[in-house]
Amino acid sequence: MDAFLPRTLAEALELRAAHPDAVPVAGGTDLMVAVNFGRARPPALLDLSRVEELRGWSRENGRIHLRAGTTFARIALELRAFRPLVEASRSVGSPQIRNRATIGGNVCTASPAGDGIPVLAAYDADIVLASGARERRVPWHEFFVGPKRTIIEPDELIVGLEWREIAGPGSFAKVGTRNAMVIAIAGICLQLDPESRSVRLALGSVAPTVVRATEAERFAASAISWDDPARPLAAADVAEFGRLAAAGASPIDDVRGSAAYRRHAVEVLAQRALHWTLDDRRVAA
Amino acid sequence: MSTTRVTSVRDGIGESARRIDGVPKVTGDYAYASDLRVERMLWGVTVRSPHASARIAAIDIQAAAGSPGVAAVLTAADVPGRKTFGLEFCDQPVLAEDVVRYVGEPVALVAAETLEQARQAATAVTVEYELLPSVTDMAEALRPDAPRVHAFGNVLRHIHILHGEPDTAEVDVWIDGYYETAMQDQAALGPEGGLAVPAADGGIDLYIATQWLHVDRQQIAPCLGLPEEKVRVTLAGVGGAFGSREDLHMQVHASMLALRTRRAVKIAYGREESFHGHVHRHPSRIWIRYGATRDGRLVAADVRLLLDGGAYASSSPAVISNASTFAPGPYEVPNVRVEGTVVYTNNPPCGAMRGFGAPQVCFAHEGAMDQLAAELGIDPIELRLRNAVRTGSVLPTGQVLAGSAPVREVIERCVAMPLPEEEPTAGRDPISYPGGAGNVSRGESLQRGVGFAVGYKNIAYSEGFDDAAEATVTVRPTADGPVASIRTAAVEYGQGLYTILAQIVRTELGVDEVVVEPATTTENDSAGSTSASRQTTMSGGAVLGACQEIKRALADRPLDEPISRTFTYHHRKTTELDEHGQGDPHVAFAFAAERAVVEVDVELGLVRVVQVAAVQDAGRVLNPQGATGQVEGGTAMGLGLAVMEEIQLAEGAIRNASFTDYLIPTILDAPPIVTEFVEVPEPDAPFGVKGIGELATVVATPAVVAALRAATGRALNRAPATPEDIVGLRGPAESGERAPIPNVPGQKAIPEYLGLGLGQQELMKARE
Amino acid sequence: MVRTIVNGVEHELDVWPGASLLGMLRDDLELAGSKNACEQGECGSCSVWLDGDLVCSCLVPAIQADGAAVRTVESLADGGTLHTVQDAFLRAGAVQCGFCIPGLVVATADLLEREADPSDETIREALAGNLCRCTGYQKILEAVHLAAEELS
Repeated sequence: MDAFLPRTLAEALELRAAHPDAVPVAGGTDLMVAVNFGRARPPALLDLSRVEELRGWSRENGRIHLRAGTTFARIALELRAFRPLVEASRSVGSPQIRNRATIGGNVCTASPAGDGIPVLAAYDADIVLASGARERRVPWHEFFVGPKRTIIEPDELIVGLEWREIAGPGSFAKVGTRNAMVIAIAGICLQLDPESRSVRLALGSVAPTVVRATEAERFAASAISWDDPARPLAAADVAEFGRLAAAGASPIDDVRGSAAYRRHAVEVLAQRALHWTLDDRRVAA
Repeated sequence: MSTTRVTSVRDGIGESARRIDGVPKVTGDYAYASDLRVERMLWGVTVRSPHASARIAAIDIQAAAGSPGVAAVLTAADVPGRKTFGLEFCDQPVLAEDVVRYVGEPVALVAAETLEQARQAATAVTVEYELLPSVTDMAEALRPDAPRVHAFGNVLRHIHILHGEPDTAEVDVWIDGYYETAMQDQAALGPEGGLAVPAADGGIDLYIATQWLHVDRQQIAPCLGLPEEKVRVTLAGVGGAFGSREDLHMQVHASMLALRTRRAVKIAYGREESFHGHVHRHPSRIWIRYGATRDGRLVAADVRLLLDGGAYASSSPAVISNASTFAPGPYEVPNVRVEGTVVYTNNPPCGAMRGFGAPQVCFAHEGAMDQLAAELGIDPIELRLRNAVRTGSVLPTGQVLAGSAPVREVIERCVAMPLPEEEPTAGRDPISYPGGAGNVSRGESLQRGVGFAVGYKNIAYSEGFDDAAEATVTVRPTADGPVASIRTAAVEYGQGLYTILAQIVRTELGVDEVVVEPATTTENDSAGSTSASRQTTMSGGAVLGACQEIKRALADRPLDEPISRTFTYHHRKTTELDEHGQGDPHVAFAFAAERAVVEVDVELGLVRVVQVAAVQDAGRVLNPQGATGQVEGGTAMGLGLAVMEEIQLAEGAIRNASFTDYLIPTILDAPPIVTEFVEVPEPDAPFGVKGIGELATVVATPAVVAALRAATGRALNRAPATPEDIVGLRGPAESGERAPIPNVPGQKAIPEYLGLGLGQQELMKARE
Repeated sequence: MVRTIVNGVEHELDVWPGASLLGMLRDDLELAGSKNACEQGECGSCSVWLDGDLVCSCLVPAIQADGAAVRTVESLADGGTLHTVQDAFLRAGAVQCGFCIPGLVVATADLLEREADPSDETIREALAGNLCRCTGYQKILEAVHLAAEELS
């Protein structure tokens, strides 16, 4: 097994193009499980952990650019303005995992249970891909095409995630059978966007990829009193929102949970998240 | 040396003496079996069956043998001696020969220069299987047309207990209950491992993690075609066991590779292999009926109990017997029928796990007692107090409970413990809600519930076993005062046994400096297994006896040269069960009660255990800190079975053989545990002690699930109670038809009637 | 070739790139204090510091230690003197089989470097990635509080 240790992004992209079978590794928290269990034997590793340009974040003209190699620990510490992102980051594994696992790795692995992905979906984020030749932005829903499948090209690396900053409350929640260290049985991210009077609801672990529950979103957007933050939503409307959210899921039975429970959990989480974001909106006003 | 120094010794019995093996454990120097290494050692890897039931048509080892770094590839044909082993019956192949009977069964061995090379070569071993019909359901296994796991049929043992007249007793009220428990894994943090070093005399030196050195040797030697003296077993550091190290794991395998290659061989399982490499807790199905008078006096109990033993016997015959004798609970019931069966299936083998059959039946009898209380309109605690056994009670086996049995006090003190204060539902740290780090709650739909359970089990081995323990104590004079050393083959795997033994020596001989020497078969005779909550009594008794002999010898002379005494401690004799399940099968009993307070998010079905109050009948507490540590750890293990632990099987294959999907409690799942001990000395026991290790695990599961029932109003009759059960998406487990009673020649395990070769019983009988 | 500083000592090791940092520590450097209990980062028994960050060494490719400084449990005791955290674990009775203890001691030392007097909730969140099967965690919590007291 070879190992390549680039120090700059340009170097990394060169190596990526020259050795397409070298597996890129940043935090290693997904890849090394497969290597340790003998399920993966990459002919070479492309170690991205030294590329400083892949770490950190910036804000420009209302757009956030979060670089792919930023760890969940750093996100939880520095991106406090993005509450759902922080909540999702804090829910990832343990401190040990959060100190290594990166948002880019989470996206690249593309598990439907990846904790960062529902947040990116709710933010309508773009995945920024780079190769030696070009840089392109792919909307999240075009990037993920199946469980652990993306449209990344063999000569590309994920360099960052970008989204338009939304001034509004949001929330992330995920269900597991114990109180820590769980792969989500079901997860959601809800984000209100008062400026466009829209609602975003992303669902994780309940479909082959993370999905947006668009019917539930439309319903909530029309039911919410956008002009009057103090006005609560009728209980029947919250209930309907939950039902539509659950209908937006297409879960399976697996070793972690049943499809029926997953649908149920989505319904409950969606209702709660709606309450919380509307409460937060009322309090902020 | 003067015995009047006894009163001034520190860290003697009754004190929370620091662990004598503690320092290397915190510095990282403690050598566990998986840490061992020697120059030029080879790594061994096991090839395992992917099928639950298949004929082995052919094994091709050519490619593997030619792989880089490979020193040997072995199959069943290479087993030098006896082809099978087993704790009770030698029905388990060292390596599968004609057929495989469970997913994970060892089929071939590879030794290579590096672990990576061994793993690579293992994937190159090609085995041609012809699938055979399999039976993976314990009720199915009883059907006459079920595929036979072994030629003689699927019933391994059936226990029949008949006491009084349960069929004609006068009863005012009957209740019927049905309960299930899943397959649980011991999940000791330290996976299996060890080192086998070939010796110049043709023998083998083993350094392994195990629970009983001598019974290992007894099984290993015949398989290697060696006399026992040529198999020398030394204990390496054990990272927990809880029953999973009672059976052989890598011992014969590593030895075979070492003898073939004439080089040291190390085998160390990873977590996934560990799940396949040891026995699990028997899943159970229990039909239980209680009959009582209207004022709450138990008149009759009728229990049908079915355990899934998996593909090989392990210690299943003892587990079903134990479980059957405890099935009606720690209550005076004049009329009892218990029918307990353990069957073979093509599921992974089950055997010893902390509690040894008692957790399963305790889950059922405590659930049933709550049902009865509800039916009678009597407070569930009052119902238990009214029926609790005491010293002098006659148990369902006809055994008179001769030892201490402060059951009423245990129950009363448990329920008297202050309940945790009510907590505000809103405004907490999000991580303190059920669901913890998932951020799923701001205090919605929280319900508290309180549940209670009392249970009991035996101390030491039963049904006529003489699991004696030997120990040697030596005292030598030095310039700085006398130093004592203890030589024992007893295994320490974390519970603090060696510390206790040192405390005994300090108190008895007034010597501060005490050392416990490495445990090996060459220096010691058997101390018996570290299991069955027996070692404080048995090895403690042996050390005490040796100390007393030293005291007598030094009564009127000074210590001017080393003095050594060896003592073998035997517990009192017990008997087998007769054709009605009557006898005097158990040495002694210990009782425990727990009260669990849970907080349930009833919409999501998520649980936070708020507090467990535990009271245990300990006889005498020799190390308070160590004893509470055992109760706390045992409670967490029982809590795991209550809400999250389950080996999930599909066609006999474990679907969740990893810590990602086999969930054990994290620190965020573990509640504050408040512990008290009732100390009524056990007569005839050293210092009046009883064992501690298992009881908390026995009662924690039913206490937590009872609390969940109280919080949700649901008839949760299955452990674990998952979120689906708690929200009601899945209803209670269906009882179906009561399992039919098999036709058996008697109370013994079937292989015994067929003369199929004994295991640890031989060791016991040989010592008489 | 991996050039790394482990517990203050420089090393140059010829390591298979697919090996984990845990494997390198245990097999190439014979520092067996960090344990392999799950190989998946679920149990924390392999916890070490990598450039000052608490990580699961089983999930760090060995090559990522190149140019980095690694500290393991073996760095905590000073000759014959135990680190305060180690001593606290012993005094609180938080050690049974001990397999989880090196990882817990490292994770606790890490926590107390960042928070002098953590609450129970903070401790639980910080140690959520360290599994223990023997103790039920009660005495581990007590050990952390004891160590915090001693260090302040």
